[in-house]
Amino acid sequence: MIEGIPNPAWIVRNLWLIPVLPLLAAGLAAIAPQRRRRLSASLAIGAMSCSLVLAGAALAEALHEPARQVVNFPWLQFGGEWLRLGWILDPLTAVMLVMVTFVSLLIFIYSVGYMDHDANFTRFFCFLSLFGAAMLGVVVSNSLLLLFMCWEVVGLTSYLLIGFWYQKPEAAAAAAKAFITTRIGDLGFFLGMLWLYGQTGTLLFYDHGAGCLEHSALTMLAGRAAALGMAASTGIALLIFCGAVGKSGQLPLHVWLPDAMEGPTPVSALIHAATMVAAGVFLIARVYPLMAAPAAGVQALTVVAWVGAITAFFAATIAVAQNDIKRILAYSTVSQLGYMMLGLGVGGVAVGFFHLITHAFFKALLFLGAGSVIHGCTEEQDIRNMGGLRKLMPITFATYAVGTLALCGVPLFSGFWSKDEILHAAHGWSVSQVPYALGAAGALLTAFYMTRQVCYVFFGNRRQPAVVHPVLAEHAADHGMGLQDTEFCDPASGTHAAHESPAVMTAPLIILAFFAALLGFLGTPAWPWFQAFLEGRHAAVDFGQFSGNGILMLMAISTAIVCAGLAIGWWFYGRRPIENATAPDPTAPMDPLERLQPRLFHALANRLYVDEFYGMTVIRLARAAAQFCDWLDRWVWNGAVQAVRWLVLGAAHMDASFDSYVVNAGFDEGCRGVRQSGGMLSRIENGRVQSYLRILGAALVVLALFLVWGRRG
Amino acid sequence: MSGLSVPLSLPWLTVLTAVPVAGALLVLLAGAKPAAARGMAWVAALASLGVTLLLWHGFRPAWGGLQFEERRPWIPSLGVEYHVGIDGLGLLMLLLSAVVVLISIAASAKVRQQPRLYFALVLLLEAGLFGTFTALNFIHWFFYWELSLIPAFFLVRLWGGPGRAQAATQFFLYTMVGSVALLLAFLAIFLATGHFDFIDLAQMVANGQPIAGLARNMGGLHGAIAWWIFWGVFLGFAVKVPIVPFHTWLPSTYAEAPSGVTILLTGAMSKMGLYGLLRILLPLFPGQMRQVLTPLLWLAVASIVFSSFAAWAQDDLKRIFAYSSINHLGYCVLGILAAVKWSAMSSAGNKAAALDGAILQMVNHALTASVLFWFVALLEERSGGLRGLNDFGGLRKVMPVFCGLMGIAIFSSLGLPGLNGFPGEFLIFKGAFPLVTWAAALSVIGLLITAVFLLGVLERVFYRPVNPRWSGMPDLTGRERLALAPAVALMFVLGLYPQLVLGLVNQTVVHLLAGIRP
Repeated sequence: MIEGIPNPAWIVRNLWLIPVLPLLAAGLAAIAPQRRRRLSASLAIGAMSCSLVLAGAALAEALHEPARQVVNFPWLQFGGEWLRLGWILDPLTAVMLVMVTFVSLLIFIYSVGYMDHDANFTRFFCFLSLFGAAMLGVVVSNSLLLLFMCWEVVGLTSYLLIGFWYQKPEAAAAAAKAFITTRIGDLGFFLGMLWLYGQTGTLLFYDHGAGCLEHSALTMLAGRAAALGMAASTGIALLIFCGAVGKSGQLPLHVWLPDAMEGPTPVSALIHAATMVAAGVFLIARVYPLMAAPAAGVQALTVVAWVGAITAFFAATIAVAQNDIKRILAYSTVSQLGYMMLGLGVGGVAVGFFHLITHAFFKALLFLGAGSVIHGCTEEQDIRNMGGLRKLMPITFATYAVGTLALCGVPLFSGFWSKDEILHAAHGWSVSQVPYALGAAGALLTAFYMTRQVCYVFFGNRRQPAVVHPVLAEHAADHGMGLQDTEFCDPASGTHAAHESPAVMTAPLIILAFFAALLGFLGTPAWPWFQAFLEGRHAAVDFGQFSGNGILMLMAISTAIVCAGLAIGWWFYGRRPIENATAPDPTAPMDPLERLQPRLFHALANRLYVDEFYGMTVIRLARAAAQFCDWLDRWVWNGAVQAVRWLVLGAAHMDASFDSYVVNAGFDEGCRGVRQSGGMLSRIENGRVQSYLRILGAALVVLALFLVWGRRG
Repeated sequence: MSGLSVPLSLPWLTVLTAVPVAGALLVLLAGAKPAAARGMAWVAALASLGVTLLLWHGFRPAWGGLQFEERRPWIPSLGVEYHVGIDGLGLLMLLLSAVVVLISIAASAKVRQQPRLYFALVLLLEAGLFGTFTALNFIHWFFYWELSLIPAFFLVRLWGGPGRAQAATQFFLYTMVGSVALLLAFLAIFLATGHFDFIDLAQMVANGQPIAGLARNMGGLHGAIAWWIFWGVFLGFAVKVPIVPFHTWLPSTYAEAPSGVTILLTGAMSKMGLYGLLRILLPLFPGQMRQVLTPLLWLAVASIVFSSFAAWAQDDLKRIFAYSSINHLGYCVLGILAAVKWSAMSSAGNKAAALDGAILQMVNHALTASVLFWFVALLEERSGGLRGLNDFGGLRKVMPVFCGLMGIAIFSSLGLPGLNGFPGEFLIFKGAFPLVTWAAALSVIGLLITAVFLLGVLERVFYRPVNPRWSGMPDLTGRERLALAPAVALMFVLGLYPQLVLGLVNQTVVHLLAGIRP
């Protein structure tokens, strides 16, 4: 069963352990009683640590032997065929494994602090472990089917964790919305998978030349025409891309991701920023040979690039006007995922995937930082009610600043290298320059909204929360942190003094900040080690690369754009502290941008009304269809049945009246005659008349019925 | 075979059908206490399961033909024989029926009124199921087919909810119409061919003598008789499954029946219809099915899509799961229909996948739907009969174990990979998509809407703030957990290792497909 090199290493044969260990942890935690909090957390962290070690071994093996190695096994049989699944080790898997296990482990540790007060602590770690297992399953799959199965389980854990605080109606709704929106995309994925299976007869990616991503299958698919002037390969690729659009929050299925912020913040960091949402990008990278198959007509990658570029710009505009600290980051994630898609579309696997890895670190860092802020501010999430936290939460501030600089793409930070490579590839794209322009504009907006956020949260003075939302108060009480808790209450001012988070939360921040700052040096133009590793080449240090291809020029432009974004942001929000009572009119809007462009700001704050649009069109239509089906069933189908029933009943009633007035009348007449003759007989015989009568009566009924029915039949 | 071997000399299938009948008699003789009747019913149902497990043990899956066959002349002049036997499909149906009856008895813990009669009828119904799934001659097969209907009618009529009278009548009339259609069709078949035996008839068809052709040659009868026969048989099964638009008896019957009986109806009796499609319609009328495949596929798609939308519009948990049952069985019908599609020989794998998937889905639906209605029964016990979507809220806080386990069952119904719902649906679509692309593509809508309404159930019943009225609702007791655990564990087993079922049935599918080759 083992293919590739003849004697695979131990880690290749046992790669399945990496997802299965967290799965076992999840299973054990699921049956553990709620009070076994430490057991559950230890299991999750222990299993993920083991997986990290194994992932490290896998990376070492991939470095040692860059050729892909696969292990396939039979799963089920139909007719004479076996459906086989398998796992794979190649550079893509190895890098992703290390990233996922490492970030997961840090976030698991962070969660011990963040979820400390939660009543469902045990369940939380169970779900986290299950998530880890499914996500790692996606990464190691050598079969589109196995990948799809894990992909769906990832969606389940996302659902469970978004709705973790299930008593909040918003969380419950957001969880369902996330699951259903992604499932819409997944159905496209499902159909694409069925089509691919039908055409190639296998769903294994690599199978000794017979896999669906290998040369013979791709040539066949690219040569086969499908509808709309597309080749079969393009059609399949676009259907699979639907799944990625759903999972990675691309337009038009991005609406679930901001709502997913209802989940606990570690979940937002792990699932809705670093790993799961990047699974869509990973999927496209995995099936890249299919996406790039040399087919006539529309190219799948062109579509990927356009969707990515539009999403990158669109989400960045919305992020400008959000006030919830996590929602800003959520739109930022949508936007960054758009960049990754753009990178895949215009530049290839390495370009998009590099941004995936750097983004995982800096966005996880930002979310965990936001969690630390929220934790320190007693579950406050509105940036208008924060301010001045720089002094109160120095570690959080410093690490958050690093994450911000990386996200904005400030030179030398990791995001700079990865985003610049995408913009560079987009600039060189032969189809159109518009994606480059959208990407550059998105970069400007990114720098702007991140500056806005940092100014609101960390600079200026602490602002009073206007009203404490009752749900928040209850929620805080759930956390065992009453709002009047003296520990968090500053007696002098009566406000709740923010506090720095415990070490179990700040340590992961520091580690992530380290990587967010420095990881980019693995993939600079001068030493593109990362890209070379993915593509199985050898990387050499060559500073001459900076001068060629206009790279330096583009880098200068990017830098100028970022600086402009930072400067405009600072000019709007950082110049003077934002106060809620500084304006002469207390009801005047607080946000400087809102004062300047109220209508635009409100449109953006309302997410450009996409949710409302869906609510009025798709959802209303589907709901009407449901009502229509119910109506059809109750009145039309059932009406027809009832009509038949009434007809039958009517016929029966006619029969009954016929019986009572015609047959029974005759019967009564007959009885009278019988009684008279019986009386006569009894006088003669003195026998048991009643029984004779009974027999006679019965015989008469039978006879009468026979005559009536016989005549009619 | 090492270890325990099954003595083949015993007429095992007759014994199997006799066990529940004997059990029913013993239940009637048991003491008047509900516990005594229930205990006796448990013993009988477990004994039946034991016999089916013995059959499984002695079954040779590598052989696609009939096993444990018994064949004795009965009325030779009319071609009536006592002929029973099982292949992989039959064996699975027997196992499934035995398990579903156990679940039904477990979910009937709170039957207080005339428990002896109740459990006797349940066991009688089980005998009808066993008979239907083993009989191979129309005459006694039809006897069992009807035998299962009568206890079901009384169970709904006597122990049902407030609207039981109408529901029971509707159920009875509907299925009766289907049965009459079947009976007439088979009388016509007998007149045309001189056979009542399914296997003989299938053999004739496989040898190139289609029933339609024979019917046309009958003296004095018009050629259209062949189509009357076909539609008669189809109607008989379509009502039982049910296929839209012959389904309107189902939501009210499922809703009004006591939950233990709903479990029998959805878990086992709906499989009688599908079994009929596989055992009778498919081998006997492949040519005619092919000719009207497009309208039949429309019916399957309607069953899938229409019922999922209708489920979304319901407020009663039982009605939701009732429509969801129609939806899930619609996938089975889709798989069966895809397998008769005329196409090149290279698509044998796809046809096998479609049929294997349909049978796997039958098993999975039996398990999942039974367990879901079981949970509804448990919920009703705790709420005093309330089961509206809007009657609850926040139950996860109050009864976490209940919600966790029922959540697993709901996700299994939703087709989540890793649980039992997925492999069957995947195989059906895998087979159907290349064969009947448009129907498979349209049916995918059903997968989406199923997720929509099932998550709606989770959100409105389990999530949101606790409804203060139920803040004291007790979680599952230790005994209930113990009873539910094997069923839920089976969902994982079948989801991760579907080969357990496919290994039993695959050769039968190959055999079946060989018989309907164009």
